[in-house]
Order: sequence, then C-alpha cells, then structure tokens
Amino acid sequence: MTMEGEAREGLAATLLRVLIPVVLALIVGGLLLLALGKDPIGYYGYVLQRSLLRWGGVQETLTRMAPLLLIAAGLMVAFRAGIWNLGGDGQFLLAAVASAALAPALAPVLPRGANLVVCMIVGSLVGALWSLLPALLKARYGVNEIITTLMMSFLGTSLANVMIKLVLRDPDTTVPQTRSLAVDDRLPRLFGTTIHCGLVLAILAVILVHLMMTRTAFGLKLQVLGANRAAAVHAGFRVQRLTVASFALSAGLIGLGGAVEVLGVWGTVRADWNPALGLLVVPLVFLARFNGYAVIGFTLFFSALIVGGESAARRVGVPQHYVLVLVALLLLFLALVEYLDQSRRKLKVA
Amino acid sequence: MTALFTEPFLVSLLFGAVTAGLPLLLAGLGEQISEKAGVLNIGLEGMMLVGAYTGFLATYRTGSFWLGFLAGGAGGMAAALIVLFLCIRKGLNQIVIGIAVTVGAEGLTSLLHFVQFSRTYPRLPAAPALALPLLSRIPVLGKGLFSHNALVYLSVILVGALTWMFRSTYLGLSLEAAGNKPAALDAAGVDVIRTRSFAVLCTGFLAGLGGAYMANVGAGLFVPFITGGAGVIGIVLAMLARGRPLWVLIGAALFGASLAMTTALQVAGIDIPTDVVQMLPFAVVMLVLVIFARNSMLPPALGSPYVRGER
Repeated sequence: MTMEGEAREGLAATLLRVLIPVVLALIVGGLLLLALGKDPIGYYGYVLQRSLLRWGGVQETLTRMAPLLLIAAGLMVAFRAGIWNLGGDGQFLLAAVASAALAPALAPVLPRGANLVVCMIVGSLVGALWSLLPALLKARYGVNEIITTLMMSFLGTSLANVMIKLVLRDPDTTVPQTRSLAVDDRLPRLFGTTIHCGLVLAILAVILVHLMMTRTAFGLKLQVLGANRAAAVHAGFRVQRLTVASFALSAGLIGLGGAVEVLGVWGTVRADWNPALGLLVVPLVFLARFNGYAVIGFTLFFSALIVGGESAARRVGVPQHYVLVLVALLLLFLALVEYLDQSRRKLKVA
Repeated sequence: MTALFTEPFLVSLLFGAVTAGLPLLLAGLGEQISEKAGVLNIGLEGMMLVGAYTGFLATYRTGSFWLGFLAGGAGGMAAALIVLFLCIRKGLNQIVIGIAVTVGAEGLTSLLHFVQFSRTYPRLPAAPALALPLLSRIPVLGKGLFSHNALVYLSVILVGALTWMFRSTYLGLSLEAAGNKPAALDAAGVDVIRTRSFAVLCTGFLAGLGGAYMANVGAGLFVPFITGGAGVIGIVLAMLARGRPLWVLIGAALFGASLAMTTALQVAGIDIPTDVVQMLPFAVVMLVLVIFARNSMLPPALGSPYVRGER
C-alpha cells in the first residue's frame, strides 16, 4: 500500500481508484445476497433510505461516526509510524470504563463542562497507559507489537469486565454496569439534534492528526520512522522516544473515542459490552491511505452501513453480519485495484 | 476449597483443558509453519472460522466426524488461498489481507448460518472418543487426558513430527530459509513462492481442522463467531514459541487450562467472574515478556513479500 505520488495524481484518478472497489464490492456482495435468496436492490435501497435519507437516520449515522473517527485518528498515527497498534479494543474499553466510573462521581462536585473535560482527559490517559507496556517493549527490545498489543487488548477487555463486576458496579441494577451519568450531565447535543458534540471533537481530531502528520516536523519524523526505521536511526532521531510517543498518541486518541462514546451516548458501561471496533476501523484507514479527509468520508459510508444494516436485520431479514462481508470485499478489491495500478505504472516505467 | 480437589472437578478440568486447548494447538502449529516461511497469517481466525463452518456442515450432512475434520481442513485451505494468491503471489500487505480474511469469514459464515440454521440450531451427537488402552484406566488422568477423540492423539503426534521436520528435513530447512533469507533459497534453486504457498496451505488446513474440532467436538454445533479469538491466541502462541512446536503445545495447554478453569470453577460453585481467570494466561505471558524481554527472534523476512532481484 504505497502513499507516494498521491498528491501528484489527479483527483479524478484517485476518486476512480476508490470508487471502483466500492462498486465492485457492492455488486459482488449483491450477487451473494441474490444467491441466498434475498433482494439486493431492496436491501441497499433500505439501508440507504434508513441511514442517509431520513433525518433520524442521518443523526444516528453521524452519532455513530464519533468513536469510529477517533479510533481512525489513533490508527493513522500508529500506522504512519509503522506501528501495528492492534490493541484498540482494550484501550477503548478501559478508557470507556474509567470515564464512566469517574463522571457520575465528579458530577456533583464539578460543573458539567469541567467534569466532561476531566473525564475525557482521564479516558485518553488510561488508553495511553494501556499501550505503555507494548510501547516500551517495542522501543527497548524490539518485541513485536502485534502480539503485545493483541494480548493487552484481551487483558484490557477482561479487566474492564472485572472492574465493572467487582469494583464499580452500581448496586441498584440487576445487570452489572457502572453508575449511570444523568442525561443532563452528558456531552451537550448540537443545535437541538440527537448528535452530541463529540462528533465535532472527533472530526477536529482527524483533521489535526492529518495536518500533524503531513505538515509538522514531528509528523515527518514519524513518517520516516514508519517508512524506514534504520533511516530514522541514521538520521539521529530518538527512535525509542518517537516509538513511545506515537504509541501513546495513538492509544490516547482511541481512549478518547471510548470516553466520548460513553459520555455522549450511553452514560454507563455494561459488563461484557465490547463494540470491537478496533479491527473494523483498520480497513477504513487503509482504504483512505492514511488521508484524514478521506477517512472522514469512509467513516460516514461505514457508519451508514452499520446503522442501516442493523435495522435491515429486523426489517429485510439480512443479518447485520453482511456488513462484514462488504468490508472484506472492499478490502480485497481495493488491494487488487492497487496492485493492477502498480503493475501498470511499472510497465510504463519499463 | 475442598470442592476443588474432588475427582469430578479435576477430571472435568483436565478434559476441558484438552478440549479447549486442541484448537489453539492446531492453529498455533499452523501459524508457526507460515511464520517460519516468512508469512504472517493474521487471517488465522478467519481460516478457523471457515473450517468450523464447513466442518460442521459436512458432519451434520453426512454424520461422519472424520469427513467433518477433512471438510474443515479444506475450508481453512480455501480461505488460505486468498492469502496465497494476494499476498504471496501478488505481494500485497499481509496484515490488511489477513484482516480482510478474518472479517470476511466472520460475515460470510454468520450469513450462511443465518440462512441455513438460524431457526433450527441443530446439534451434533457426541463425538466418538477413543479411550487409550491401559492409560485411560489411570484414575483422574485416564478420564481427563486419555479418553478423547482420536484427533487429539494425532495432534500430539503431529507436534513431534513437525519438530523433526523443521529440524532434519530438506522441506523444513527450505521453510526456514524462506523466512530468513528468501534470496538465498532462491539462489539454491528452490522456488520461494512455492515454498511459502505450501506453508500457507498447511496453515489453512491445520487452522480449519482446529475450527472443525471446536465446532464438532467442543461445542457440538456451529454458531456465528464461534472461534471467539482462538485464532488470535494461536498467533500469539506461534510468536512466543519461536519456531518450536513443543512450546506451542505447552502454551496451548496453559491457555486451554485457564479456559477450562472458568467452567470448572462454576461447576464447583465458586463465584468469581470468569474474566479473572481468563486474564491469567495473558498476564503470565506479558510478565514473562517483560522479565525476559529481548528480541522475539522472528524470521527477518516475516511479513515482507519476496520479489526476485529486489533488495
């Protein structure tokens, strides 16, 4: 997956290279639906109508985007720095639990705004903290971060449950969950809609990360690190520090995603709740080739698919898992188109 | 605490540990073969899931457990073909394609399950067990370790066979070279692409077999997402084992035991969240990594495609 030469290419060519995989995935997915005896046109029509053509659906789609965007921002930092942070789920959940536990406790003491800011900061710190061990092991000893982040993710998911069941449990509910944050104390909603202001924060985060990676010295250093570790060492960068910093930034943003989802939407975390978004966002970031603006576009598309797909499971009789098939097809076709494009360019050079 | 040391408790713990550990063992061994050859198979979970589905389907339709295992292996290999074609032949990013395989398998098997079985949720009869002569008569150990499906014993034999293959056969050396210095293997006249393709197909077969065991013997049914992270644990086991099959066996036993412990404790009526026990093996492994941290000794060419003449 190369990123070089993106800027030099025309917008039309880039759009085409993104649209072709999307269209192919929708077609092949539709054929699969047909083979299973479902009506693909009806399904796609319903999903589109439900998630993007109705005001209620649009609000749901936009609300769903907030955590996805923050996770994507976190992954953009890590992947560009050549770090495979695959432990997003643990970082997300622990941050969610931390902010869910803290917010109702601080609500009587702090004013709403201050409380929310504190909880979001704590959420990010918890997320970042959960990446510290993989970061240090990678920086100091070169221990492969794929295994360590995956293991920390399992640990974090279980730890979140243990905390809810044993320590933070609300004594007044039958299902183990944290104490609920009153609706009035949650993230404020935008202009009388059901969309909370975490969405604005998330969009800003993606854009800022994009600008940081492309316009600042720090971002450039991370990119060099990602492209060629030996070159980064040779250039005299403090590679260990950079590694830990990008881990912390990545996991911190993912943790912020967990905090925002809890403070904006749920107000509590139930035991065994795990949206498992970490791996699902990976393809989006790759589809967008680490470009922040493209990430926002793809997240909108993906969010609409989830919202529409969930509803279609009840109405049209196509289980929401079909969305996973679409994502996989999208990745495969994207990879193929990219490959064909590269070999065509190589031919030209030769 | 006395309830912990009764015979039924210990037997169910041991038996459960083997049942839960075997899919991890097979997947871990499979992943190890790929990693040796320089292919990082993040799609392991997906291969297991496809194997679980095809294995269940075959046994459900034919009634034969062995056909189910074969079909499971074949299903895993079918999923591996995607990795073979896109990553090994075309050199595309192994992690991205691996995630695609896993996500796609999750979606596809859930969808197929929904269409075929969501109303009936059919169950299989108990799988045939082979009680080893003499050994199975040892108290506790006999029922816990030596009264399992024949696939369990075959898998343990496989551990020995792989150790021998890695160490002292031409094939084993070729695999190792494909991961360490593919260009050297190429110069020696062995086709790197073919060697890696073989490795990935082996991985697919073993992962699919593990999935089929999980569905047919462990659970007796197929449900969406039945593998529940077993493939990820398999990847972790293979990476920690640093190329030694015996270590995969030890790791799989450790993880299997802690998975079995959660159910066994509930049977014994001890009320602690299962999550606590599930954390243990991961916590132990992280601790070991922190204390003995050094380079994880993975093949240098792991994850990078081989293009002849490119440096």
